[in-house]
Amino acid sequence: MMTSFLFRALDARAGLFLIILLALTVAIPASNLLLPETSPLHVPTYAVTLMGKYLTYALLALSVDLVWGYCGILSLGHGAFFALGGYAMGMYLMRQIGSRGVYGDPLLPDFMVFLNWKELPWYWYGFDMFPFAAIMVLFVPGLLAFVFGWFAFRSRVTGVYLSIITQALTYALLLAFFRNDMGFGGNNGLTDFKDILGFDVQADSTRAGLFIASGLALALCFLLCRALTRSKLGKVLVAVRDAESRTRFLGYRVEHYKLFVWTISAMMAGIAGALYVPQVGIINPGEFSPANSIEVVIWVAVGGRGTLIGPVIGAVLVNFAKTWFTAALPDIWLFALGGLFLGVTLFLPKGIVGTVSQGWSALRQRSASAAYEAGSDEPPGSPDAPADVSHKRASSDASPQPAE
Amino acid sequence: MSLLRSLALVIGLLVVALGAGSVPAAAQNDTESLRPLINALADGKYKETEKQIGDLAATGNPVVAPALEALSDGDLYFRKSDKQVFITSKSGEGYALTDPLTLESAGEAGKREVSKIKVNNSLRRVIRSALGSLTLMAADPKVRKEAAEAVFKAKDPDAIEGLDTAIAKETNDEVRLVMEQARAAAVLNSDRSDGEKLEAVEVLSSMGNRDALSLLIGVRDSSTGDLQAAAATAVKRIEKTLALWDNAQNIWYGLSLGSVLLLAAIGLAITFGVMGVINMAHGEMVMIGAYVTFMVQEVIRNSAPGLFDYSLLIALPLAFLVSGAIGVGIERGIIRWLYGRPLETLLATWGLSLILQQAVRSLFGPTNREVGNPDWMSGAFEIGQMTVTYNRMWIIFFALAVFAGLMLVLKKTPFGLYTRAVTQNRRMAASMGIRTPWIDALTFGLGSGIAGIAGVALSQIDNVSPNLGQGYIIDSFMVVVFGGVGNLWGTLVGAMTLGVVNKFLEPYAGAVLGKIFVLVFIILFIQKRPRGLFALKGRAVEA
Amino acid sequence: MSRQTSLLYLDGVSVSFDGFKALNDLSLVIAEGEMRAIIGPNGAGKTTMMDVITGKTRPDTGEVYFNGVVDLTGEDEAAIAELGIGRKFQKPTVFESHTVWDNLELALKAPRGPFATLFHVISGGEKKRIEDLLELIRLGDKRNELAANLSHGQKQWLEIGMLLAQDPKLLLVDEPAAGMTDAETAETAELLKDIAQTHSVVVVEHDMTFVRSLGVKVTVLHEGSVLAEGSLDHVSADERVVEVYLGR
Repeated sequence: MMTSFLFRALDARAGLFLIILLALTVAIPASNLLLPETSPLHVPTYAVTLMGKYLTYALLALSVDLVWGYCGILSLGHGAFFALGGYAMGMYLMRQIGSRGVYGDPLLPDFMVFLNWKELPWYWYGFDMFPFAAIMVLFVPGLLAFVFGWFAFRSRVTGVYLSIITQALTYALLLAFFRNDMGFGGNNGLTDFKDILGFDVQADSTRAGLFIASGLALALCFLLCRALTRSKLGKVLVAVRDAESRTRFLGYRVEHYKLFVWTISAMMAGIAGALYVPQVGIINPGEFSPANSIEVVIWVAVGGRGTLIGPVIGAVLVNFAKTWFTAALPDIWLFALGGLFLGVTLFLPKGIVGTVSQGWSALRQRSASAAYEAGSDEPPGSPDAPADVSHKRASSDASPQPAE
Repeated sequence: MSLLRSLALVIGLLVVALGAGSVPAAAQNDTESLRPLINALADGKYKETEKQIGDLAATGNPVVAPALEALSDGDLYFRKSDKQVFITSKSGEGYALTDPLTLESAGEAGKREVSKIKVNNSLRRVIRSALGSLTLMAADPKVRKEAAEAVFKAKDPDAIEGLDTAIAKETNDEVRLVMEQARAAAVLNSDRSDGEKLEAVEVLSSMGNRDALSLLIGVRDSSTGDLQAAAATAVKRIEKTLALWDNAQNIWYGLSLGSVLLLAAIGLAITFGVMGVINMAHGEMVMIGAYVTFMVQEVIRNSAPGLFDYSLLIALPLAFLVSGAIGVGIERGIIRWLYGRPLETLLATWGLSLILQQAVRSLFGPTNREVGNPDWMSGAFEIGQMTVTYNRMWIIFFALAVFAGLMLVLKKTPFGLYTRAVTQNRRMAASMGIRTPWIDALTFGLGSGIAGIAGVALSQIDNVSPNLGQGYIIDSFMVVVFGGVGNLWGTLVGAMTLGVVNKFLEPYAGAVLGKIFVLVFIILFIQKRPRGLFALKGRAVEA
Repeated sequence: MSRQTSLLYLDGVSVSFDGFKALNDLSLVIAEGEMRAIIGPNGAGKTTMMDVITGKTRPDTGEVYFNGVVDLTGEDEAAIAELGIGRKFQKPTVFESHTVWDNLELALKAPRGPFATLFHVISGGEKKRIEDLLELIRLGDKRNELAANLSHGQKQWLEIGMLLAQDPKLLLVDEPAAGMTDAETAETAELLKDIAQTHSVVVVEHDMTFVRSLGVKVTVLHEGSVLAEGSLDHVSADERVVEVYLGR
């Protein structure tokens, strides 16, 4: 059962994508560590870190796409799950500092000493242990998503209403984390990390390791999403996206499906946040800002929602452009980003991958039907292999439809 | 402590005296007759000086106050050559001279040419009480009242006698009351008998405001016996009334916040509520309205400063037109391609909001722009124990007026009829000859234009910066969704409710936490009633 | 007929929206294996009645029982569907970005939970069942076509196929012939009669020819309650029915 579940995830396209991803995951750190700096193929450490950051963004985009592209839930608050995962990791990294902080307190992080706190708040307990922190990276965003989703989906809050309250959710968290007495460093957040699992966070090898971890996490989550969306559950999700009440009248409890995929997605966002924090070296409440979450949505839209490769490509492309613009033409960046929102929704609703694969499958369909008419004995798509059929149709199958 | 208090008294009196000094024209004639009295200060020992101060005080003319003040501060000098007395201040090597009566500049003098009129502490006390009784007996009742209030703040026991004299002479009831209260405050601060203090507690108890309360709490905590009991009762009484006033003040603040929310949300109630278009650039329409106000004021400042008080009235129609025109442009250019795809509309308009923000940032710079308050928008007045600022008050009126105007337009004009027809049944409306695309564009323009005039109002209480709109967008959506989409009355009630709830939470939870509570409350509320407070029911809603 | 022996039992059901009474003291009983046609002018409450039976709308008052014992007013749509009530909408609603095959697979009677579907692998029996249904609704050669690319009539048929895939005891069919050609309408009537051999069916329809071709008991709704009941000839002879339809 489990094997068929996982094998379903793989086909030529997904395989190709994974091979490229894994090759990069190995090659980039290898060139950074093994090649001399003079070599033209040497990747400098800052670039490794930057690309590692892109990979975590890609994972975040993937998690948004899982709910938006496949289930029609447009989340404007996924940044909240990302940031919560990041804070969980940040708390671990803070406690690793130990007595090396400015104030040298063996137990309390610097900001607590500064605020004159005498003891560690209870919710900081356990974060000195990596396994505990790793569980919290999944558990905290997952729990918030579950509780929020439980209420929202049960009362059938859908469409823009849901989008707006997800935005309110992250906004409320933004305000909360700005407060000093929340015990998460207020305005400044958590920073000045020293080491992770005993390795210096600044070291080239640690950076390379984090890059590899990000690449692997992305690959695993991609596989998971692939398996999810190609199962019967995935078909139900698309059914919910396209005709929610029809799905209900067929006897599916739509809210359970939404809650399931929403919680998984939030946990993926949490993992992305946890990998992001040690690479950029800081987590602060700004990550909760609603604008961030909306930006993630545009990465997905640019790449192509309802395709799993699209959001990865979109996240990397848009962030590469952002890095370039903000360095070269900082004033233009917001115009460009705004233009991207407009351009994609008006002219490229299927995104890059959606548009390309639509063209591709139209082409293939034409040649297939030509072959059929020429007397091929096998009609396109044999009834013996329905799973295979749906895969052949996968591109158009996944063509984004508006949720309402 | 007592030194500080007396300083406060002196400063208060000085302000009052200076204010008064410029007013009375009738007193101007006597001014010169006072000069000999002032100049008399030039010779004489401490003893004589004391008498001379008494003489000056006995004139009851506040014009002499600055001279006495300067004397107390050691700034009163006389010119050795002609024994003329001047108020001085250091200027380079020598002194700048000021005429003690007219307060006009009287040239300069070298260090050697003038000599200081000496004072000691006992003289200073005499001066202070002289100054007190001087202003307490001024001709202008306003001055007398303010003088009494200054005594109240200073609680200076030395002022009691002066007050007694002043109360005896006082003809104005209101001023006498203030004087009695000031006397009570001073008595409680003195070492007079408990009997007198009990009377004073009585007076303060009926005064019933925060100042009286803090005085009485002091008395309660530092005295014994009857006095303590009386003070405690009085404290309880005042606290009770103050709690009521606090609620009133909270409601007022809440309504004020609610009216701001209403202004920000009301345009959205049209575009989102009535048309179903989710416009994330709504906040930027508000921001543009605020910048229109800024530009109008700039033009007025440069070319017609006299019109400044009318700047807001001029800005209103302009902001409506500018934001409205941009709204029509957005509808024609972007939104009409996205009808029926709310999530795409959301994203596209968000992109638009980024572009508009950056455009304004490029044009006007990223910093806050100064938008002035016209005279009628600044200042405050008091009702009982609560303070009402004019700008908040006008904004409440303005928000309600905009709401009423909008209702009128939607219910009573052909345009409103068409709008309602189109939003209810587009095809039917079209087949009856209504140009639905135009109605869409104009309705959207109306919503945006209203956001623009909201910007004019908000420019009076908020920083005018490119980020102005962002601060309102989430709140506005909350209000519209909370009130019930498609229901303008819901928006009104929603805005006011959220405003008041927010302000009542603030004292317990703090501003930020209060806001978080409200957000969480709305999130939970939407779960319970997904269609808002005043939801429309029935089949049509589901479609 | 008593509640216990009925398949569907509505008694005194009222629903109002903001003062407008969509259903007014409606009572209706459907027996096991029965096929019933429901007619009525616009706004008579036909769709609201369907909404009440399938759990989309809660009645203000009244009883709704299925199988004589199950109180439907306390259940949601999914539970009611699982009990064995299938519904076809007025406007054909199929999953447009799924193939015809996938549409049927989703509708097929099987465990409905997320974990069950996550690890679901299609069985030979299920494939056989889908093949049979494709045969029945005459979409065998369209199995790999996206539902979006079907004609209006084909979508109606696909939806009926999905209904059958659920293997319900009771089918609620809302205007199945709307927008069909005459030939398609006749075929649809035949299909429904076939289905009625093994299921109970409630058909809401405007088209009198269609109702006549079904040849079953007819209930006339008007202003949210039953105006007349009996054979089509019987009800069309009823003065009040004529009045309602012709608005004399």
